[in-house]
Amino acid sequence: MLSMIQETPIANAHEYRRVAARLEGVAKSYGSVEALRGVDLDIRAGETVALLGPNGAGKTTAVRLLLGLARARSGRVSVFGGDPLDPAVRVRTGAMLQVAKVPETLRVREHIDLFSSYYPNPLPLEASLAAAGLEEIQNRKFGDLSGGQRQRVLFALALCGDPDLLFLDEPTVGLDVEARRTLWEEIRKLVARGKTVLLTTHYLEEADALADRIVVINKGTIVAEGTPAEIKVQTAGKRVRCITRLRTETVRSLPGVFDVREDRGALEIRVASAEPLLRELLARDSELNGLEISTAGLEDAFLALTRDGETITAN
Amino acid sequence: MATAATTLATPDLHRPLARTLTIYAKEAKYEFLKCLRLRAYALSTIFFPLMFYVLFGLVMGRQSLGGIGGVSLTKYLIPTYGTFGVMGASLFGTASLLASERGLGWLQVKRASPMPPFAYFTAKVVMSMVFSAIVVLLLLLLGVTLGGVQIAPLDAAKLVATLVAGALPFCAMGLAIGYFAGPTSAPAITNMIYLPLSFCSGLWIPFMFLPKVVREIAVFLPPYHLSQLALSVVGAGRGESNLTHWEVLIGFTLLCLGAAWIGFRRDEDKMYG
Repeated sequence: MLSMIQETPIANAHEYRRVAARLEGVAKSYGSVEALRGVDLDIRAGETVALLGPNGAGKTTAVRLLLGLARARSGRVSVFGGDPLDPAVRVRTGAMLQVAKVPETLRVREHIDLFSSYYPNPLPLEASLAAAGLEEIQNRKFGDLSGGQRQRVLFALALCGDPDLLFLDEPTVGLDVEARRTLWEEIRKLVARGKTVLLTTHYLEEADALADRIVVINKGTIVAEGTPAEIKVQTAGKRVRCITRLRTETVRSLPGVFDVREDRGALEIRVASAEPLLRELLARDSELNGLEISTAGLEDAFLALTRDGETITAN
Repeated sequence: MATAATTLATPDLHRPLARTLTIYAKEAKYEFLKCLRLRAYALSTIFFPLMFYVLFGLVMGRQSLGGIGGVSLTKYLIPTYGTFGVMGASLFGTASLLASERGLGWLQVKRASPMPPFAYFTAKVVMSMVFSAIVVLLLLLLGVTLGGVQIAPLDAAKLVATLVAGALPFCAMGLAIGYFAGPTSAPAITNMIYLPLSFCSGLWIPFMFLPKVVREIAVFLPPYHLSQLALSVVGAGRGESNLTHWEVLIGFTLLCLGAAWIGFRRDEDKMYG
């Protein structure tokens, strides 16, 4: 299958790192709701960037702006140095969007055949089907497919034109674990072929599995940016809850502690690793009780990142 | 990971005419297949006009009182139910599908692709015209084989051509409805326009049998003018000027296209606002 794909040697490192898509000070609001507040974002050629954030963070808005489906209130949006609405730009991008209803009476291969025709140099139909793992269901009607299969068809529509830049808006939302991993595999193959990918997700695990760089966004603002490893340090960790006579300031000074909060007579501690903290706490307070340990979710991380009111840049 | 690089050289962007035509042809082909497999559309569009024709033309029309103006009822009802069929195929082929694809995100997926936007609308019009032609041809077939209708091949061809061209005003109307109605309300709104309009224009009951008040309204309705054009082909028109009928239909088409354009702009503004 790889033989069908045109491979171009890297001209030079500079060429390789050219900016494929850029948001510069972009603000966008829908009525009184501010979806994006002055966002700067560069996506470099060949890079896989995950835009990570909770629902309503502004991820989809950023993708819609870059696809020319929405216009920024202020700031500049450019794709391959041009206007996303320019047909010359459109033929170099592919998009997988969240859609409530896809025509159900067309077969998988028919949908792909039609979208391929929009592009000047599309992949052969068989290659598109293979790239999204659809060979065996190519003659099924869209309405007869499972959720995972439907997402794979939408994915195929994004890649069938062999575009340089792909936007994947919540590609695995609503999928079970197996279907999600299958789609991850397909996305990885695409990345291995040198495509530039911007994906949005609200799963840290997904961003970690696929991206070179994670951009964390919340309430329309970028709150953190870095490699998956750098972001995980900030967002992973444990949440420890206990009733103790130790003072908040004392606990805050213990190694690995990010954050301490008083909550209904107990302390809520966010920490990189639970075990060393527990040894320390128990050594200092033998009467410590009501102990609960849980994995800090992404929501906690967002809370922590945003409560500080400052942007953490890890690169 | 850098085994293959993203090609950043500008690709050949010249879209030759042949490729543009391919896009339009594929868009129309798949629009047709999509609707053909939608039983609710394909069956009701074709079935209802034929059923009415069999019922009122073939079954009850046999013992009609020498026909209307020298034309048998079985012949008279082909242009009128033909108009009814063309209207149904065009309104439902455009309004409901556009409203649902627009409201439920599919149109966005298409707009994000390099599809020429005009291809999308053209496909819907072509599809409606193909269904219109199918309905009219089947009516003619029933009339000739079971209704004892005699019609010269040239007249039959003129009848089909007139009615298929008559799909355009109702496609324009459907696009306007599709841009202002929601995905769930569009079919109901279309029916609320389609059925009374058909009755008042004399598509179900021949014009002269309509109550006087309805007859006075009819002359203002576009389907009346299309049916009169079609009736004049078989020599059963009311003798009004065909030019007037065409003028009314063209004016109506432009009016609806204007409304559809306003809806289109409104959607774009919502998108880009």
